[in-house]
Amino acid sequence: MTTALRPHFSSAGLRHGARAALPAFPGFIMFAVAFGTAAAQKGLSLGETLGLSAFVYAGASQMVGLEIWQQVWTPSTILTIMTVTAVVNARMILLGATLQPWLKDEPLARTALNLFLLTEAGWLVGTRYHSEGGRDIGVLLGCGIILWLVWLVATLTGFFAGALVPEPRRFGLDLVMPIFFGVMLVPLWKGAKPALPWLVAGLVSLVVHALVPGYVFIIAGALAGVAAGMLIE
Amino acid sequence: MTSLGTIIASPWGSILAIAAMTLVTFLCRIAGVVVMSRVRITPRIERGLRALPGSIILATILPVVIDNGFPAIVALIAAVVAMAATRIDIAGLVVGLGTLAMIRAFG
Repeated sequence: MTTALRPHFSSAGLRHGARAALPAFPGFIMFAVAFGTAAAQKGLSLGETLGLSAFVYAGASQMVGLEIWQQVWTPSTILTIMTVTAVVNARMILLGATLQPWLKDEPLARTALNLFLLTEAGWLVGTRYHSEGGRDIGVLLGCGIILWLVWLVATLTGFFAGALVPEPRRFGLDLVMPIFFGVMLVPLWKGAKPALPWLVAGLVSLVVHALVPGYVFIIAGALAGVAAGMLIE
Repeated sequence: MTSLGTIIASPWGSILAIAAMTLVTFLCRIAGVVVMSRVRITPRIERGLRALPGSIILATILPVVIDNGFPAIVALIAAVVAMAATRIDIAGLVVGLGTLAMIRAFG
């Protein structure tokens, strides 16, 4: 192991990471604008919308969270949104697991910040840099910070642009979330066999949706997909 | 419990909901690092986790799209086909939303 391959941190890395994040901008902007728009249409305040983007900072769970957002909260609805968020974001556990060897000697506070800013896009940029032999953790952090800022600005834009759209149904914007999810399914496609668990997830969610009120169908379907994934060699 | 219920029903409820979502999301973000420094993820668990993103997507959208009927189903198919052909996510979204708007306007 040469010294060049030892994990380190530099401000040059921060700048490099910010530049490397550029290809992820369009997807981030589109998703955050869609979220800001959907949140405004759902009647969330600006503070609530920005709070979700700044602190939760996980697009899929923010969108799903909107679906179950309440005007008046009860302990049970808070528990529901917490559970659904955990299930939707459970995939991040694997992202973090792959970063562990790179981060293990880092100061705790910086690792906490790096992981708070962890997204699929940022992880992808960092992982590619790491696999090419790079070990500067500044790259991961720089990428994470710039994507977080883009996310916030785009959320703000979407929130106000959404208020300008008079009749969301006419432009199909009420279904922007399911259609975008469908679009995001395409890059995940790695052939029919790895997609078999998805089919199981979809069928289980349809059955549960028909039988049980609320949003249990998301959790039930996702867990069924994971179980199918574990069983299929 | 009554006082807790009162607080949750007030505007603080939204802040509490955001805090709860933030907490579990952060736990998901750090869990991989914490767990990996202690245990190994077996190939079986890894296969399950790899199936998770696609499973979440289908489990989320399928009931919603079917509830919205024929226009939504056609729009979803159009979006997926456009994405597969162009590999540009914005193109997929625009085609999907455009198809939905067209069917609703003329259908």
